Amino acid sequence: MRRDRVTFAMMIGLPIVQLLLFGFAINNDPRNLPTLVENADNGPLSRSILASMESSGYFDFQGFVDGQAAGDSALRTGDANFVIVIPRNFERDVLRGNQPSILVSADASDPSALSGAVGALDGIIDAAIRDYRRGPMLALTGDPSKFSVIVHRQYNPEGKTATNIVPGLLAVILSMTMVMITAVAIVKETERGTMEMLIATPVRPMEVMLGKILPYVLVGYVQTFVFIIAATLLFDVPFDGSRKAFIIGVNLFIIVNLALGFLISTAARNQMQAMQLSFFTILPSILLSGFMFPFAGMPGWAQTLGQIVPATHFIRIVRAVMLKGAETRDVAQSYGALVILLIVISLIAAKRYRQTLD
Amino acid sequence: MNEIVIDAKGITKKFGDFTVVDDFDIQVPKGAIYGFLGPNGSGKTTTIRILCGLLTADSGGGTCLGHDIAKESELIKREVGYMTQKFSLYQDLTIRENLDFVARMFRVKNRRKRVQAALEDLGLADRSHQLAGELSGGWKQRLALATCLIHDPKLLLLDEPTAGVDPKARREFWDEIRRLAAEGVTILVSTHYMDEAVQCDSIAYIAYGKKLIDGPSNRIAQQVGLKTYRVTGANLRALELAFKDTGEDLQIARFGTGLHVSSTDHQMLKQTVKDIATDQGAKFELQPAGLEEAFIYLMTGSKDNFRKD
Repeated sequence: MRRDRVTFAMMIGLPIVQLLLFGFAINNDPRNLPTLVENADNGPLSRSILASMESSGYFDFQGFVDGQAAGDSALRTGDANFVIVIPRNFERDVLRGNQPSILVSADASDPSALSGAVGALDGIIDAAIRDYRRGPMLALTGDPSKFSVIVHRQYNPEGKTATNIVPGLLAVILSMTMVMITAVAIVKETERGTMEMLIATPVRPMEVMLGKILPYVLVGYVQTFVFIIAATLLFDVPFDGSRKAFIIGVNLFIIVNLALGFLISTAARNQMQAMQLSFFTILPSILLSGFMFPFAGMPGWAQTLGQIVPATHFIRIVRAVMLKGAETRDVAQSYGALVILLIVISLIAAKRYRQTLD
Repeated sequence: MNEIVIDAKGITKKFGDFTVVDDFDIQVPKGAIYGFLGPNGSGKTTTIRILCGLLTADSGGGTCLGHDIAKESELIKREVGYMTQKFSLYQDLTIRENLDFVARMFRVKNRRKRVQAALEDLGLADRSHQLAGELSGGWKQRLALATCLIHDPKLLLLDEPTAGVDPKARREFWDEIRRLAAEGVTILVSTHYMDEAVQCDSIAYIAYGKKLIDGPSNRIAQQVGLKTYRVTGANLRALELAFKDTGEDLQIARFGTGLHVSSTDHQMLKQTVKDIATDQGAKFELQPAGLEEAFIYLMTGSKDNFRKD
């Protein structure tokens, strides 16, 4: 046991990691959700409402936007979870009893992330009004609650869980199989001694590697294809965005996973270890990627950790493309993150691979 | 002067703190069978790998088939057949698929024909669809040799090729090796077995990374300067103890029904053997020292480099 450090790490390390993750990182009632404001009124009432929203802790105001297009784009790229629109002459209309409404556009592609904040909205607004009436305007007002708040759940108006979970599942399916299959396949080659034979042939080491990895790209395509069919036909998940954006994302993610599998194969001494190490990488792909639990709900350190998990970026891409109708440019940031991860993983893997040859 | 196929000098390889191969020189002429002998972990495999360019040496260098072993490993690999210690073919491919796969890796021309010919040479043509993993040890070894030969290499590196193979199969294997050598293929073979070492033209004895001796196999014992008496008697155990009790620098080994007592100090050896044999009523005769005595002698004298001192 002392000499089989991987098993040891699995038994001691994994429970600790699980404890820390479940205990600290996972939060089903996330606060500090990034929020943008489009305030066309800017009177004391609207400011009072916004201030009370911010002090509730659910909303983290990132700034102001102009016009609907900017707000929609922020929601689509995931820069903001909420866009709050306060119409022109809001305060005047309230005083006149015209019943204006505040529009809260929410990114409901992850419904559980929003439920806390949305549920708290009524209370927040009541509190704002109470503050407002205590002020010098008290005498002037009739009944200031004569306005409504409309919550517009975008991308998943019915709040269906499947709509949120299914696109993320593609990331989990791909990371599970791609990482594990490549790692095991390569380690098997070393374990059986056939790698030695391959190296003794004039084939270059990198050619051996590519030959081992490329077939699994095809496997990844087949999985993606089956997934798309199941998602759209079985689970009614929409596919609103550009196919090109999706295809680029899938390819990048498959390659990143294969590189990761390759990296694991250079560290594992036998197939059993390769399996265990692959499992290590899959756990954060499920817990820290925003697949099961809202990414925004995690504390800063967990979010940072989540950033180095490829699945995090891929889940963003898939959700943005399938649910939010994103185009290539909307997910460019996630592409960039995947490319960086790919480069880093490949460099380490290639370096280690060269050492194992010696 | 024969053409030299392998010519390397000063090869040294370290893994961490351990010097696995220490300042190794080698020269092998074309068509020779060159044997590497040595205990387990003495660096035989590593040396073979360096010579065919699979590993890079930390220092030293040379040529193999006229190519630089450090820089031109790809050219070397094309002309070398390397049979690994462990069976290294795909167990879940058939015999034919294995041969075909290796042939493709080496870009063998007329592949189909070549594979078919290899199958017929092996006598496996009618079993070509059997999985390689199902073969018995002897057949696996023959298949491995056949795959090594599929691209007609000029140099064959055999790393303990006959480990775990029955004596008959071993004999056939060596017949094949000698036939290849006669055709001009140079063969480098590592082994533990003395009866195989005798089959080699030249031998290098390696222990703990150092080459202790090399030369034609029939002259090694002479080079060591060892003399051996075979002592036979009724009570071998008592004889053995008697020799040990003398406290002299003797090498005593039991061979069948006799004791082989050897030493490089011929005077002392003769005297001691005579005394003890007369004392115990045993017979003794002088006989040429064999390879085995020579190697046991070398082994005892060599220092273990894995022991830190």
